[in-house]
Amino acid sequence: MLKKLTLAAMLSLSVATGALAAGERSGGTLVFTAPYGSSFATLDVQASPNTQEEFITQAIHRGLYSWNSIENKPVLELADSEDVSEDGLTHTYHLRKNAVFHNGKPLTADDIIYSYKRIANPKNAFPGASFIAVIKGAEEFIAGKAEEISGLKKIDDNTLEITYTGPINPGFPLMQNTTVIYPSNVEDESTFAKNPVGLGAFVFKEHVPGSQVVVEKFDKYYEEGKPYLDRINIVLMAEDAARDVAFRNKEIDVSILGPTQYQAYQGEEGLKDHLLEVAEVYTRNIGFNPAFEPFKDKRVRQAINHAINAPLIIERLVKNKAYPASGWLPLSSPAFDKDKAAYAFDPEKAKALLAEAGYADGFEFEVTASPNESWGVPIVEAILPMLKKVGITVKPKPVESSALGDAVTSNNFQAFIWSNLSGPDPLNALRCYYSKTAQSACNYTSYASPDFDKLYEAAQQERDPAKQNDLLRQANNIVQDDAPVWFFNYNKAVMAHQPWVHGLVPNATELAVQPYDEIWIDENAPDARK
Amino acid sequence: MLRFTLRRILQVIPTVVVVALLIFVIFSVVPGTFAASLFADGKRAADPQMIARLNEEFGLNKPLMERFVTYVTDLAQFDLGTSFRTRQPVIDLINDRMGASLQLAIAAMVFALVVGVPLGFLAALRPGSVLDTVTMIGAVSGLSMPQFWLGLLMMYLFALQLNWLPSFGYGDGSFRNLILPAVTLGVTPLALLARTTRAGVLDVLNADFIRTAHSKGMSEMKVVRWHVARNALVLIVTTVGLQFGSLIGQAVVIEKLFAWPGIGSLLVDSVAIRDIPVVQGTILVIVLWFLLINTAVDLIYAAIDPRIKQE
Repeated sequence: MLKKLTLAAMLSLSVATGALAAGERSGGTLVFTAPYGSSFATLDVQASPNTQEEFITQAIHRGLYSWNSIENKPVLELADSEDVSEDGLTHTYHLRKNAVFHNGKPLTADDIIYSYKRIANPKNAFPGASFIAVIKGAEEFIAGKAEEISGLKKIDDNTLEITYTGPINPGFPLMQNTTVIYPSNVEDESTFAKNPVGLGAFVFKEHVPGSQVVVEKFDKYYEEGKPYLDRINIVLMAEDAARDVAFRNKEIDVSILGPTQYQAYQGEEGLKDHLLEVAEVYTRNIGFNPAFEPFKDKRVRQAINHAINAPLIIERLVKNKAYPASGWLPLSSPAFDKDKAAYAFDPEKAKALLAEAGYADGFEFEVTASPNESWGVPIVEAILPMLKKVGITVKPKPVESSALGDAVTSNNFQAFIWSNLSGPDPLNALRCYYSKTAQSACNYTSYASPDFDKLYEAAQQERDPAKQNDLLRQANNIVQDDAPVWFFNYNKAVMAHQPWVHGLVPNATELAVQPYDEIWIDENAPDARK
Repeated sequence: MLRFTLRRILQVIPTVVVVALLIFVIFSVVPGTFAASLFADGKRAADPQMIARLNEEFGLNKPLMERFVTYVTDLAQFDLGTSFRTRQPVIDLINDRMGASLQLAIAAMVFALVVGVPLGFLAALRPGSVLDTVTMIGAVSGLSMPQFWLGLLMMYLFALQLNWLPSFGYGDGSFRNLILPAVTLGVTPLALLARTTRAGVLDVLNADFIRTAHSKGMSEMKVVRWHVARNALVLIVTTVGLQFGSLIGQAVVIEKLFAWPGIGSLLVDSVAIRDIPVVQGTILVIVLWFLLINTAVDLIYAAIDPRIKQE
């Protein structure tokens, strides 16, 4: 925990000091940017798995759990406390009595049961169904074989009992954008897509499709004294260059930076002191398909890891907007092993390993890659000469982003380059290397290791978090040694903010998504914002 | 005139049908699916069950021919389908955005007309003058300058340096928000109009009937107003029609850059995530817009130049 807190504290230096120096101030308008596209797909956030809709969720909705960026873990949100049974399967939640929906309805256990059933309803085909599947009886409900989810039991209006399928930490699946709680007294569900009603700190005011969503302070929000802001304009700005101009012109209060902007902002007075950085929970990698003959041999995969100078690529191409990866789990993971060294850049060792594996003369392979600047074709082009030096010829196979997923999940590749989720839950992240996970799910490299499986299954049953993390740490090290992928980097997300904005946090799950009820703006903001 | 009008309108139908079929075929063969696009950014693991549920819900696991028949049947009933992403009728999504797109296209065209035509006229009346040279250099620059880059320059100058205008967004729909995207979008048609007008007017000025008019003792102003302007009008109307028709399509880049909520940005987003019904619907609307404008231009021709009607 100390390590996590230290990391979080280091990464949020500028923000934290600002907050302590000035003291929270109420009022004002925040102009926040949603950078992942030119529109919101829907305001019915239960129906959308996209990051873009999380901006709306943070303002308007609440889930049973939420992510605490400072503690780096999920925490109870809509319950004051919970009792957990001895076997760890049954959680009894004592719900907040002061939580009220924007339509005036107080939160009850019925709302949670209604919401989870709506999310899991097979007719809806909502993306959050897989998260609800951790509740006992949900699989049958999702398959249309049961009328109710047997693991959901209302004790009384303010008490809910949930039985899970295993002794998991339910915070991870139930803090998601797609598992938020809706009121059960709205007759026409289709209205959620245009007029969202939630438990969050802000009430929906207006949506101009393709332009912005406006929310305003909810006076009956359950956290006393919050939110500080009167209003938030969540504006859609997909273009980096346009966002840069708007941020410099003080039209927007925050901006997510790409590598080039990150480098430029670091060198400019007035900008460099207001950058918030965090190691996000994504691992950029090149996945190897073991069906391709050379990649069956782990020495070949290890040789590629030794042959590429990842830190050099991170410095030159990614402009240091990433942390070199040692293994799969990222720096911010509680199961990250800081003592395990990354593969050293050592072309001679790579050549020796290739010779041992019978590939002294090298071989040729194809990398399916999207155009992404940080984990796509430009990176493949950068490794090309490095691998050439050890005799391996690489050919990029460019595809569009949406086609990359299809190619990988249908096992139609020799190698692919991608950025994949590797946290925040290490148990869930390492599921992608468990041999019982389907290739089309997330075991993209068809990884199978009895040693790994043994540790992973033990971790699944372990209820002591420290012991569980230790098991997962060992399992992660096995993955690193087996090198089913080239471990490239962990994303460093960077947010620039105006000096008058306070309360931003280093959210390792997605830096662009911030707890709006914590944010406040000081006296130095432009008049139009105060 | 009625027969001519009907014939031109009927000609639109086969074009729309061919375009609709092409769009269907193209998006049936390009790789990538909506379900796969949901985890394309790698921010969540692939979920085969969800993919199967979505493909079933949207009928994507049905045979191509069956989907084609559904598509054509729906289209014949003016049903553009339902968006995979928003699960709303495509026509509603387009309606939400069409106003902003039209606003932008009309503003850009008005800007191009008001500035481009007089400049072209004046340049032609004083060939070789400073004004002519400057206008033509400006026109060539306007035609060759990438709109994205020009937009950034405008943002930098008028928003960041001079602080006169907002750099992005629709705001509350105010005129101030419209200026930068409209001017950026209007520069290409402006340049084209200036060049075309100049060429058209020069052509007319060298015609025999202009010399005759001068020899009859008509004043310069009268010659320009009664003979030059009217005869150059056909060429100007053609250019205006072609440009105005294609402006909504051209606005894709501008809308994305200025975060303008038109159908261009809707199209770009929808292509990226393979929201096929929206892509099909949006392209059809853009094509239909182009055809309708061109039909209108043909009808205007007939009104201003009786020779065309006779042809």
